[in-house]
Amino acid sequence: MERSEAELIAAVLKGDSASFEPLVAKYSPRVFATARRYARRDSEIEDIVQEVWLKAFDKLKTFRAEAPFEHWLMRLAVRTCYDFLRGHQRNRESSFSEISEPEEDWLERFVADPGSAAEDADAARLLIGRVLEKLSPSARLVIQLLEIEDRSVKEIAEITGWSVPLVKVRAFRARGEMRKILSRITQDKYL
Amino acid sequence: MNLAELQEKLIAAARLNPPDDRVPYAFEKRITALIAARSAADRWLFWTRGLWRAAASCVAVAVVCGAVSFFVPATADNSKDLSQDFENTLLASVDQADVAP
Repeated sequence: MERSEAELIAAVLKGDSASFEPLVAKYSPRVFATARRYARRDSEIEDIVQEVWLKAFDKLKTFRAEAPFEHWLMRLAVRTCYDFLRGHQRNRESSFSEISEPEEDWLERFVADPGSAAEDADAARLLIGRVLEKLSPSARLVIQLLEIEDRSVKEIAEITGWSVPLVKVRAFRARGEMRKILSRITQDKYL
Repeated sequence: MNLAELQEKLIAAARLNPPDDRVPYAFEKRITALIAARSAADRWLFWTRGLWRAAASCVAVAVVCGAVSFFVPATADNSKDLSQDFENTLLASVDQADVAP
């Protein structure tokens, strides 16, 4: 008979570490999807997810079961991703000269006629990935959660541990930072 | 160029492309093995930490004893008396044999 999540957690807390495996199997897809939003290389993604699970195991006794385990775990995952971003800030230093030809074509199409540049194009996906990589860690986190995942300010405050006013300030700055990066790309290419 | 529109378009592009959620083969086994290996290592860590602490406290006691014997001045030089007393005690039977006729 399959054990419930609460039973598995209770068993882990009693010292049965094997009971942790079904939890890892169940939630790893979500944790991997979250890690892929912040890291690109497979090795980095696996490192992040591994760290999330080890932290989850170590901190399991702090899980109060007031909210679902998944929420607690995702909060841990997002915070681990944020730590990863802060630890890899140097990677943001590269220039925009490395923009690929399809990305340049997409931008040219957008300049000529904004409506003709499709959002579902691979080039647009690559370009937004590049722009997000140039953002500061806090700006990237806010843009990701607020704009891309469409979460509320209150939710972001809960996930990150920041206050609501701080999230608002960081969101405002993040939008400005993103616009600055976009203007740098377009200045490099079209002015 | 309208940067706000470009920003909106790119964010829409990101929304349309959610990251994939595939998990490497047997990833959960890897995590469980890692946790098991870590707790075994933790046990060794417990002993090594304990032994290092014991060694450190032994060194501290030795240093304190050394410092005390080095810096504290000897009050009275009764070492001669002690050696004399020791010798007298040890040779008491011989002395008595000499005295006896």
